Amino acid sequence: MSDRSQLIETGVPFTFDAQRDAEFERLVKRYPTRESMILPSLWLVQEQEGWISAEAIAYIADRIGTFASKVFEAATFYTMYHLRPMGKYHICICRTLSCYLLGKQEIVDFLNREIGIKPGEVSSDKMFSLEEVECLGHCGSAPVVQVNGEFYENMNVEKLKELLATLN
Amino acid sequence: MEVKILSAKFDIEGAHNLEVAKQHGAYATLDKLFTMDPAEVTTIVKDSGLRGRGGAGFPAGLKWTFLPKDGDKPVYLCVNSDESEPATFKDRYILVRDPHMLIEGIIICSYAINSHDTYIYIRGEYTSQVKVLQAAIDEAYAAGYLGEKACGQDFRIDVTVHRGAGAYVCGEETALLESIEGKKGQPRSKPPFPAVEGLYGCPTIINNVQTIASLPFILANGADAYKAYGTEKSTGTHLFGISGLVQKPGMYELPLGLPLLEVLDKVAGGLREGRTLKGVIPGGSSTPVLTPEEAQTVTLDYESMAEHQTMFGSGGIVVLDDTVDIVKLVENLIYFYHHESCGQCTPCREGLGWMLKIVKKIIRGEGSTEDIDLLVELCDNIEMKTVCVLSAACTMPVRSYLNKFRHEFEAYVKGGASTQSAM
Ligand SMILES: Cc1cc2nc3c(=O)[nH]c(=O)nc-3n(C[C@H](O)[C@H](O)[C@H](O)COP(=O)(O)O)c2cc1C
Ligand code: SF4
Ligand code: FES
Repeated sequence: MSDRSQLIETGVPFTFDAQRDAEFERLVKRYPTRESMILPSLWLVQEQEGWISAEAIAYIADRIGTFASKVFEAATFYTMYHLRPMGKYHICICRTLSCYLLGKQEIVDFLNREIGIKPGEVSSDKMFSLEEVECLGHCGSAPVVQVNGEFYENMNVEKLKELLATLN
Repeated sequence: MEVKILSAKFDIEGAHNLEVAKQHGAYATLDKLFTMDPAEVTTIVKDSGLRGRGGAGFPAGLKWTFLPKDGDKPVYLCVNSDESEPATFKDRYILVRDPHMLIEGIIICSYAINSHDTYIYIRGEYTSQVKVLQAAIDEAYAAGYLGEKACGQDFRIDVTVHRGAGAYVCGEETALLESIEGKKGQPRSKPPFPAVEGLYGCPTIINNVQTIASLPFILANGADAYKAYGTEKSTGTHLFGISGLVQKPGMYELPLGLPLLEVLDKVAGGLREGRTLKGVIPGGSSTPVLTPEEAQTVTLDYESMAEHQTMFGSGGIVVLDDTVDIVKLVENLIYFYHHESCGQCTPCREGLGWMLKIVKKIIRGEGSTEDIDLLVELCDNIEMKTVCVLSAACTMPVRSYLNKFRHEFEAYVKGGASTQSAM
């Protein structure tokens, strides 16, 4: 959902923390080319920081030994990589077929009213960000919502109210 | 109607853990496996009639025989766990409820095709699922099923999970390979086919999660035991995902060949109170829709679906009742495929965008009969003129809605929709 055309600089150099460093070293042995580490590295950065900065892109390129443009290209193609900070709670709502049939729009509208942001936006207090995403593979329990990666199935406005009350 | 072959351990508490899985028979086929010749394993899989469960239904054993004989390059196995086709949610059950069945399948396949490196490509959204899968792989390493001397044999098997990051097109097998190589998920032109030139330019087999997870049963019980389920040409069982406007949506394992309507009634609880059937999407959003009349005669197997000018697809069945506005559903569909186009072919990148604009125009009440015809024409001009079939995955179903529900499009054009919107 990020603005995928521009990277943001933090002004601080990026490095993996010890845990991510170890995971990088474990994984790099599994691939015959270092370029294969581009996607896993982007995930490691996002897990560590929540989003991917210009410095992180440069760091990955350097660590892998490839061009920053290749890392940038992957980071922009794959929509789950955030190229700017998201809210503390990043809410994804499935907008595809089965969720659409079972009323995903009510959920979007409710969240829109409740949090005051539209899909693609981050709330001014940085607590929430909203995103409409494509089929999440839970169509049998539609509509579904994902909050920071956690799935919530068979959603409706009532359940969402309860869920929001637990997020602070 | 339900059977429990693949789903045998799905309801057992803790079956994702090695200990529990083993108590219920996990890894029991391995002793037998290593006494067999690899070619024998492939023969059993061929004889079982197992077909690829990723959507295309290509015979699994046959695909493996396309690998070059006596090549000096390594052979890779990629397990397709991208599961992104709308209405498909079956592989997830294997990943979280019985991941060791998948790992056992990987060992069987690796031995049959002489592969030492497997990559499981899992969609990025499966965040908790990937943890369960990785934990099972770690257990399998610790127990010696995987690693330098896998299963105590002189045979290395390494299994690595590669996470996607939100691109449906990476389910297409060559886009998946590009993605593992660290690139944008843009499909490759075929030939060469991956079995000859795939991952890192080496021979590669790509199979769906459910395909690979079907192997332990087949090896343990033999080809005939598998063929005892299903029809002559569509053998075995399938994990069907039923969603949409039914009473009991969910994932059900069924033998192939059952009558669709009976399944919807008896297994999925039928339509909601007071509703009538408008159509059924038989196997994921890319499969052409069936009218209620067609649904009467179709059975859940590859042949019957083809006879009804549609496809078995991924087994993701969507039920549409009389509240559904077909034109808006088509808008939703085109939006998806347009959004997910990788962008390298003009007919797909631009054409799907045009189609979306035209449908939106029709919904706004500004369309004309010519616009409906233009949509059909666009379908003809896009389909099969692109590198991969993502564009056809859009135009084939859209054409079916235009043909079978043209009156709903015309109602918009003439002013006032024919049906009430579901929203
Ligand atoms: C656009 C597109 C998306 C696909 N998505 C998936 C997917 O999510 N999972 C899958 O197993 N196969 C998917 N496929 C099919 C794969 O390309 C390939 O045929 C399949 O993984 C082969 O495995 P199988 O023979 O075991 O079915 C997709 C194909 C296309 C064209
Ligand atoms: S058809 Fe669409 S998704 Fe497939 S390669 Fe062409 S542009 Fe990419
Ligand atoms: S359509 Fe929403 S999860 Fe599949």
